[in-house]
Amino acid sequence: MSTTQPRAAAGRGVRTFLAQHRDYVPVMATAVLFALTLEAGNYRYLDFLAGQTIANLFVDNAFLLVIAVGMTFVILTGGIDLSVGAVAALSTMLCATLVEQHGWPPALVIPLVLAAGGLIGGAMGYAIHHFEVQPFIATLAGMFFARGLCYLISTNAIPIDDPVFTTLAQSHVTFPGGVFISWSVVIALAVVAVAFLTLHYTGFGRAVYAVGGNAQSALLMGVPVGRTVIRAYTVSGLCSALGGVLFTLYTLSGYSLHLVGTELDAIAAVVIGGTILAGGSGYVLGTLLGVLVLGVIKTIITFEGTLSSWWTKIAVGTLLFAFVLLQRLMTSRRRA
Amino acid sequence: MSTPQLNPAQPVLRMTGITKEFAGVRALSGVGLDLYPGEVHALMGENGAGKSTLIKVLTGVHEAEAGTVTLDGVPVRFAGPLQAQQAGISTVYQEVNLCPNLSVAENIFLGREPRRLGRIMWSELRRRARDLLSGLDLEIDVRAPLDTLPLALQQMVAIARAVDIRAKVLILDEPTSSLDREEVAQLFTVIRRLRGEGVAILFVTHFLDQVYDVSDRITVLRDGRLVGEYRTARLPQIELVSAMLGQELGELTDRGRGDRERPAGTPFAEAHGLGRKGAIAPFDLAVRPGEVLGLAGLLGAGRSETARLLAGADRADTGRLTVDGRTATLRSPRAASRRGIAFCSENRRREGIIPDLTVRENIVLALQAARGWVRALPARRTEELVTHWISALHIHPADPEAVVRNLSGGNQQKVLLARWLITEPKLLILDEPTRGIDIGAKAEIQRLVASLAADGMAVVYVSAELEEVLSLSDTVAVLRDRELVATLPNTAELTLDRLMETIATGGTH
Ligand SMILES: Nc1ncnc2c1ncn2[C@@H]1O[C@H](COP(=O)(O)OP(=O)(O)OP(=O)(O)O)[C@@H](O)[C@H]1O
Ligand SMILES: [Mg+2]
Repeated sequence: MSTTQPRAAAGRGVRTFLAQHRDYVPVMATAVLFALTLEAGNYRYLDFLAGQTIANLFVDNAFLLVIAVGMTFVILTGGIDLSVGAVAALSTMLCATLVEQHGWPPALVIPLVLAAGGLIGGAMGYAIHHFEVQPFIATLAGMFFARGLCYLISTNAIPIDDPVFTTLAQSHVTFPGGVFISWSVVIALAVVAVAFLTLHYTGFGRAVYAVGGNAQSALLMGVPVGRTVIRAYTVSGLCSALGGVLFTLYTLSGYSLHLVGTELDAIAAVVIGGTILAGGSGYVLGTLLGVLVLGVIKTIITFEGTLSSWWTKIAVGTLLFAFVLLQRLMTSRRRA
Repeated sequence: MSTPQLNPAQPVLRMTGITKEFAGVRALSGVGLDLYPGEVHALMGENGAGKSTLIKVLTGVHEAEAGTVTLDGVPVRFAGPLQAQQAGISTVYQEVNLCPNLSVAENIFLGREPRRLGRIMWSELRRRARDLLSGLDLEIDVRAPLDTLPLALQQMVAIARAVDIRAKVLILDEPTSSLDREEVAQLFTVIRRLRGEGVAILFVTHFLDQVYDVSDRITVLRDGRLVGEYRTARLPQIELVSAMLGQELGELTDRGRGDRERPAGTPFAEAHGLGRKGAIAPFDLAVRPGEVLGLAGLLGAGRSETARLLAGADRADTGRLTVDGRTATLRSPRAASRRGIAFCSENRRREGIIPDLTVRENIVLALQAARGWVRALPARRTEELVTHWISALHIHPADPEAVVRNLSGGNQQKVLLARWLITEPKLLILDEPTRGIDIGAKAEIQRLVASLAADGMAVVYVSAELEEVLSLSDTVAVLRDRELVATLPNTAELTLDRLMETIATGGTH
């Protein structure tokens, strides 16, 4: 009959649990992984688990977190955004040149930069939906376009010593015990919170999941697929621009060669965070964990001192591989 | 059957002169249809007649070359399903169209979630979904992801969604193809209730008895043209069939096993205590060359699960299977295919058809895979085989280079069937092979199965339609609550009533 009979075999219990919570399993795996990497660092280095080391994890990766959040939206729809690094770099350039060389007030420049990022993202989304361009190709074009603009502005690094930017960059939120974080961290965590609420409590958020699950069905169910896709890329563009602004604060400079390859870090963080590349399944909190895992690996390798920083890439690559494998296993188990 | 008053002043929906072409191929030419409030209107026609296309034009999925649609007397042209839905037309398209990754509850309410201050109220949403489903006598965990449900329940969820939208026009494109008697009965109760409330219902099916059971009027399409509109009560079944086929029915009723010799001899495949936790309890079953073994049972009784274990599509966790007298561990359908076992899954969307390949490529896929990729099939041989099966199964369009995505649902099913028939297996396992297939082609397929068995092929035949199982099988295996409860020889004593009784009581009387 159509009812499922309760049959309390132990093996079945685990299987049912996994079937019903399969969406959480990758995130749980990431959480475990994060704990393990922290523990590994702690085992090897004395002050690894000190409050400030953890705080720095956030400080050093705030910009990446914001960019990865935008990437999560796009990947959830089943797409990909290769332009994020370039758009973020363009944002650093725009901030630097407009504030330093043209003397515009930061209060005007920052909204302008965000708008530009959103616009580039939206344009790519439009091309992807209306002209059926592959997301890979459309965002690759967006990447070249944004990098190109950077060079057009200047081939040199532009240092920033505008008082607003420097104050923003140097002021901290200090916790009892002397541990401090930058304002960028506060902003990044706010972005995560807003993204979480958007994805889980708004029509747009659910449409993102629906489109990623099956765009054809979603369309027939009356989901505005085109609008959802365009908005997802707009969100990604916006987040990239904001990530760029945070990076400007972090380095106090604009440079065409900033953030080269960041798109790959962002994708890696999202995937390690348990979001499935095919779309439709994943969590922005997973992305937060993914970014932290990447951060810990970087920290360990810096602590090690003698290791080449390329080891970071190797470690990340290995992890990525492991997670994609895990996803395969999860998705092939789907038929319960 | 109560006949509500027909022809009230004005149709709620009127389509006239609808013409639709796909890349030069006419799918619809000048088709019209009137739908009145409080009627159930059956849209009938062979596979590829244009039924689904008409529905898609109406709801804005496709744009018509010509024709008009008026809703409540006002001309409308929808840009997409969303607009149609907002205008009060709720549709269940052919094949389940829901999002596999979302929960059952969310699939029902996607796009119209209960909110407060713009925020989705999840607990409210789940409660409503539970209420709605229990109103339909369905006990489904509304939090479960949709794709953990069997196809039939997915179909019921789609229907629940469409019904809950409370539209003035409800369109159901082959909603019953994957449902069992009981679910169909439930659905019809709902349909009658909605009709009583003044909803206009357009209903597509290939089951004639369902049409006569529930519909008030019938519109027949053939080759994209309107054949006519009839009152169900005044149209004898024979005339309906000839209107659909464009010719007399002929020997459509002469099918099935007839008085074929009962196959004896050693079984080709034999299951000894084969089982899988949560899917089907361990069972013993044997199928001989030349035998058609029918699997009967209600929805969720474990029919497909049994077939999948025999086919190696799912792995057994207990027992063993012997093929040709030797123990065989079937790790995959590929391993099964090497031993001469072919499996045609019920879920053609997910596990069968590759929509972007052509008819020819889809048909030769299994054969090519069995030969290995190195030894390519000679082109001429491929051509011959493909042409043969296209005409044997009446695949329409009869063009090997047509992209399968563009075929009608029933024709996709035939392509899938051809893929397995072409491999000339020793054991053919068919899970719901005639689902969504028109009566002409269905009789054709049944005749084909009978003749394959007569030539010595062993066949396992799964069908929700008991009449079909009964007419084709030499032996009927009855499943109930995920357990094999009886294996009955199909003799004169095995009537439909006896079979239903066995299914209901589990054979313990
Ligand atoms: N997107 C498309 N591109 C090209 N041809 C198409 C497309 N959709 C449908 N067709 C063609 O239009 C014709 C009508 O198809 P349709 O799906 O409407 O048939 P149907 O009456 O619903 O049949 P079935 O009973 O098998 O579902 C078929 O010949 C089909 O091949
Ligand atoms: Mg159809």
